Amino acid sequence: MTEGEAIMTTSGSDVTVESVVRRAVARHRGERGPLLPVLHALQAELGHVPQEAVPVLAEELNLSRADVHGVVTFYHDFRREPAGRTTVRICRAEACQALGADQLVRYASESGLRLGETTPDGSVTVEQVFCLGNCALGPSVEADGRLYGRVGPARLGAILNGTVSS
Amino acid sequence: MTSTSHATVYVPRDSAARSVGADEVARALQQASERGDFALDVVRNGSRGMLWLEPLVEVATPQGRIGYGPVAPEDVDELLAAGMLDGADHPLRLGVVDELPWLARQNRVTFARVGVTDPLSTEDYEAHGGLAGLRAALELAPADVVAEVTASGLRGRGGAGFPAGIKWKTVLDCADELKFVCCNADEGDSGTFADRMVMEGDPFMLIEGMTIAAHAVGASEGYLYIRSEYPDAIATMRQAIGIAREHGWLGRNILGSALDFDLHVRVGAGAYICGEETSMLESLEGKRGMVRAKPPIPAIEGLFGKPTVVNNVLTLATVPVVLAEGAQAYQRLGVERSRGTQVFQLGGNIAHGGIVETAFGITLRELIEEYGGGTHSGRPIRTAQVGGPLGAYLPESMFDLPMDYEAFAAAGAMVGHGGVVVFDDTVDMAAQARFAMEFCAEESCGKCTPCRVGAVRGVEVIDKIVAGTHRDENLALLEDLCDLMTEGSLCAMGGLTPLPVRSALTHFPDDFLGGRRLLEIHPVRATEGTA
Ligand SMILES: Cc1cc2nc3c(=O)[nH]c(=O)nc-3n(C[C@H](O)[C@H](O)[C@H](O)COP(=O)(O)O)c2cc1C
Ligand code: SF4
Ligand code: FES
Repeated sequence: MTEGEAIMTTSGSDVTVESVVRRAVARHRGERGPLLPVLHALQAELGHVPQEAVPVLAEELNLSRADVHGVVTFYHDFRREPAGRTTVRICRAEACQALGADQLVRYASESGLRLGETTPDGSVTVEQVFCLGNCALGPSVEADGRLYGRVGPARLGAILNGTVSS
Repeated sequence: MTSTSHATVYVPRDSAARSVGADEVARALQQASERGDFALDVVRNGSRGMLWLEPLVEVATPQGRIGYGPVAPEDVDELLAAGMLDGADHPLRLGVVDELPWLARQNRVTFARVGVTDPLSTEDYEAHGGLAGLRAALELAPADVVAEVTASGLRGRGGAGFPAGIKWKTVLDCADELKFVCCNADEGDSGTFADRMVMEGDPFMLIEGMTIAAHAVGASEGYLYIRSEYPDAIATMRQAIGIAREHGWLGRNILGSALDFDLHVRVGAGAYICGEETSMLESLEGKRGMVRAKPPIPAIEGLFGKPTVVNNVLTLATVPVVLAEGAQAYQRLGVERSRGTQVFQLGGNIAHGGIVETAFGITLRELIEEYGGGTHSGRPIRTAQVGGPLGAYLPESMFDLPMDYEAFAAAGAMVGHGGVVVFDDTVDMAAQARFAMEFCAEESCGKCTPCRVGAVRGVEVIDKIVAGTHRDENLALLEDLCDLMTEGSLCAMGGLTPLPVRSALTHFPDDFLGGRRLLEIHPVRATEGTA
């Protein structure tokens, strides 16, 4: 019931990185080894883990900056730059490969969407992911937290264009 | 055509079913009900694991639950008009779901309730045998619970197959005040989704299993480490834990006993290696997921240095039934030292993908051909990778191997987590071997050189072999590298990556002679995360 919840703010002005970090830490301080839940909370609110957060986290959690930096960079989930408004992740693990995942990657790149990159207008980030647990109904794609199965190039196009909603 | 009473209609809430439109189907049914056209209640159950039939809609009738599938949202009005609520005929009608041969032939023990019940209904849970295992365990002294689990022959389902009872006994025998039970729900292996289906489809079973473990070893706190790629499982488990607390199934004096145990969900952050148990513990402690050298084993020095049970989701989820029905009943299933049932997961290019729970000893061919019905593409099968990305690629000539830990190990393969990924004849095995190395390079924790550097070299060497550059020398080099990784790696990430590579080379040498197109690999942040 913790990470992922939006943090309430009373006014726009107190949403500095530092204040967000301190509030996230305050909410998780009672937990054992709270750094990962705090980082998830930061990313949920800010869309990424900005560099300025690192010293504040280190101070609040009594860790070295190197430790915090090491954790942020170790995990694929934590971004140091904001992603596009939509994030589309294409599964490239074996079961989806067996069903043509590489065609989806090719389709995306032919549409100018290279893996790991955000479109210049900031609309879409396309990434690879290794398995979404939908291996019997691949190729699988996840868009903004929603899972899609049996995705061919046409369906991926629809997802990328936002026409597959709900 | 309208039924007089409210019909109960089941539409799975499992994320695989949702990935092909289950939410839209449920909404269409609800709308028909709201319009007053039909009187029905929609229950969002787990999935029966016949994933090619999803969305599978079931209607409760006096004959049993009648299934229709796969149902598209636009089929709903027609199905209702045809009399689906009374179980009427329709081209999508499958018959009584429990009697479908695919399901009827299985022996569902761990998955007995998955797809049958409403995952978050405590009444449904108890009505279908839930809590019987915990109640039985609480009647027993901790050592007797451990003895029961040991006698059942239950081995860890996370891949290595270590006997659960022996691990538990080690933790029980530690004198510490503070002990932990950690459930490994990282399930990063391609082709595995059973952990996810348990968490989404029968979450109380996992809570019950962890609580029994806590009683057995004297733990007061539990952690459930779920990978971030599973948002639905995370949400369901959090809800279920909240409900369990309200019902006195977690917290202080569980079910009126002296047992105090609470459970927390922790979310991973996209690192495959965090499925390795010591790496998972590091991650739970808020650190980088670097593998720890063993000894000390986690059972003695685990989370925050305390004695810790680390078990896979399926292992812990199987404990309640072992306690409820007795060790003997469980032990009677299976072969040799592989006792009980295994939850096989059929994925990849397969016509009938899904969950097959059956006693150990079934052959790969029965799984792939009889249950799986061949490939999804309709083309000939070329290979199956068994046991996840670190498992071997097996040619069809080996499909008669019985699924049993020792038999697979003897054949140079592994059962692992029970995932079977099928490929048709368009697969390029050099590309698959290259991918195994690439995956290892991308996901290595970086602690030891054979894995961190070896995997990168492995990709380069395979590229040279395929390009025909000094082929023989590079083949010898690849052999050498595989030896070094096998012998010199600290954990099975680097130690087992040679398995898919070598099996591809051994069984499909022609693919390495060039000609087939190589899969493009996109290293994303390859330097980060490998430190
Ligand atoms: C690289 C690597 C990845 C692993 N991933 C998982 C995983 O995702 N889930 C899991 O339960 N076990 C995984 N394991 C096995 C665990 O280390 C450990 O053996 C298991 O969680 C113990 O539980 P069990 O005895 O109930 O199987 C992995 C092991 C290695 C070496
Ligand atoms: S084998 Fe690889 S993943 Fe395992 S400890 Fe060594 S570097 Fe880390
Ligand atoms: S391999 Fe793509 S969802 Fe599992």
